[in-house]
Amino acid sequence: MLIDFFSAALIGTGAFFFIAGTVGLLRFPDTLTRLHALTKADNLGIGLIVIGLLPRVADVWTAAKLVAVWALILLASATVAQLAGHSARREKGSR
Amino acid sequence: MAAGAGFLLDLGFGLLLLAVATFALRTRTTYAAVVGFVAFGVLLALVWFRLGAADVAITEAAIGSGLTGLLLLNASAMLRHTESAAVGLQTRLPVRAAAFVAAAAVAAGLAVAVLALPSPAPTLAPMAVAGAPATGLGNPVAATLMAFRATDTLLEKVVLLLAIIGIWSLARDELWGGRPGRRHEADPKGTLVFFARLLPPVGIVFGVYLLFVGADHPGGAFQGGTILAAMWLLAIMARLSDTPAIDGRWLRFWLIAGPAAFVLVGLAGLALGEAFLAYPQPFAKPIILGIELAKIVTVAVTLAMLVAGPPERPGNPHR
Repeated sequence: MLIDFFSAALIGTGAFFFIAGTVGLLRFPDTLTRLHALTKADNLGIGLIVIGLLPRVADVWTAAKLVAVWALILLASATVAQLAGHSARREKGSR
Repeated sequence: MAAGAGFLLDLGFGLLLLAVATFALRTRTTYAAVVGFVAFGVLLALVWFRLGAADVAITEAAIGSGLTGLLLLNASAMLRHTESAAVGLQTRLPVRAAAFVAAAAVAAGLAVAVLALPSPAPTLAPMAVAGAPATGLGNPVAATLMAFRATDTLLEKVVLLLAIIGIWSLARDELWGGRPGRRHEADPKGTLVFFARLLPPVGIVFGVYLLFVGADHPGGAFQGGTILAAMWLLAIMARLSDTPAIDGRWLRFWLIAGPAAFVLVGLAGLALGEAFLAYPQPFAKPIILGIELAKIVTVAVTLAMLVAGPPERPGNPHR
């Protein structure tokens, strides 16, 4: 019961961050601020959802896989944001 | 209650798929259309998963969306200089009307065919599940691909080989035997290089894991090979590695290793008296794993070379 409440609260908060990030992506004025909204919100959102799911999994292996998914998404989204930001700044500079 | 929530989720996926498909078709630039195509593929993978087809879902995400998306992105980059001219073109009304009628007829035909299926639909699935233990594989999808329909899987690999030959034949005469693609620029202390050093160890383990887990669970050589190809391409893009010259012996060996192993096993089955691609029962699983091991390298090399494209630079002069 307490675990259900804990999961629901964390997954709900995670979903909220996804929505906030999407709103930012749609509303912010330029590439860098949009990237900021997207990556910050996604990282927090996916992290909270993973924490919310952890107490519900069957065994330690599944939990480890969830955490690995989280770590890989963090790594990939941070890298892609850096690369996209770089290329956006370079395009601006050459204009 | 639970069934209702599932229905709402499926309805949402269906509407979202239609919306993304419409976006990909309606949008004006090739680049945006490709982005729409990739998003469509990822959503489609989720739908396959909802339908219980995890093997198809992984394949769709890795190959249908990821690899094909990358090929289309490359193509759209090559077409960029013709883009502005193409955007201004407006197809004449009769042509558009004819295209609309043809597309609507195909869609209606498909809808009729699906709706006319008897319920429950005719299926060979119970036979495949019942026969799977004879192959030593726990995943009936893998048993179907590697045993019951092995000829189809073999021919798929041959088609990939033909695709590579087709791409290489686009090379200019003096570059035949050269290296595909341009040499990438990358800041040796930059983010991309860091990422390309950090990710491949994880990706290679995961790709090989997908191959072995594919015997009993969703996965397989094709999905694993796609991940290996992505890791190699990442290293090439970060300038940590380079594409091999297309006349290299090792490259050509690995390009044909998968289908060759398949054909050899098939001929052995014929010679030992049973049939083409008949596996001797007690050794079925080790033989299948052997073919899959050769196949994963072939798939990885083939897919990476498909993305790398035709040779654009001279190779090693001494060869």
